[in-house]
Amino acid sequence: MIQSIPLSYVLIVSTLMFFIGIYGFLTRRNLVTMLMSVELILNSVNINFVAFNKYLHPQAFEGHFFAMIVIAVAAAESAVAIAIIINIYRNFKSIDVENVDQMKF
Amino acid sequence: MLDQVSFFVVSAIILIFAVMSVTCRRILRSAVYLMFVLIATAVLYFMLGYNFLAAVQLTVYAGGIVVLIIFSILLTSQISERAVMVPIKQKILSALATVAGAILVLMVVLAFNFKPSTAPVAGSNLLPVADSTMVQALPDSTTATITNPTVHDIGLALVSYKRDGFALPFEVISILLLAAMIGAIVLAKKEKLPANTEISDNTNNDSTL
Repeated sequence: MIQSIPLSYVLIVSTLMFFIGIYGFLTRRNLVTMLMSVELILNSVNINFVAFNKYLHPQAFEGHFFAMIVIAVAAAESAVAIAIIINIYRNFKSIDVENVDQMKF
Repeated sequence: MLDQVSFFVVSAIILIFAVMSVTCRRILRSAVYLMFVLIATAVLYFMLGYNFLAAVQLTVYAGGIVVLIIFSILLTSQISERAVMVPIKQKILSALATVAGAILVLMVVLAFNFKPSTAPVAGSNLLPVADSTMVQALPDSTTATITNPTVHDIGLALVSYKRDGFALPFEVISILLLAAMIGAIVLAKKEKLPANTEISDNTNNDSTL
């Protein structure tokens, strides 16, 4: 299945996805959409792990397991982040990062 | 040929919906676009042969995290609400920085000569033994003899504490998930402090929303 697809194609896709996520992180002002951009970035890193494991070390499992661990960490991270966002919304009535500046020194 | 076509289609879906997800002004729509990106990534994992990882991606990412994000959007904003965008100057600067970074990384990645490792993993007793012997017997068809990890292999590797086992990361992830679960419950719980009038006012307003 993968013989006809070079490794560089997969790396191009994951690189573009990573920088699309960074663009979203820089231009969004809503905490939930910034979290979605972070999910995009984590996902592109996962694609890289899986592609390197498949193409360069097909005997090993390390990239596969690292991708699974990243998925678990992303689930934990988004659960805690959404709890914090809901708490911020209760206190500030908004989840725009421009309005949440009470702790600014 | 068919593989390449399907790979290009999946990549186009990933990239187009990723761009739409970060540029769409309606938050709920961009969450749905993010779900399309995650599902297309699971298809990519299926194409690479990692079926279990694709299933995990579908259930945890496209199932769990997207539902969590959509719930938080519904809890914190109106459905028809448009996202506040940054000024156009900052947007252009961000796009320039992003494109420059992407070009730099792509140049490095495409110039590097990746060499697949042909040596079998030393001391691996979890992998199928047939791999190494068959590779030595048939050196021309090394890629054909490499089998994809089955659920049996993955389960053995996850609880094995030998050289190629992943018991320690498995336990660390379990503790991290437990801590995140408790932390999320404690953080999102409504505070019951009758003395603090400000907080009780906020909670009363929340219950009417």
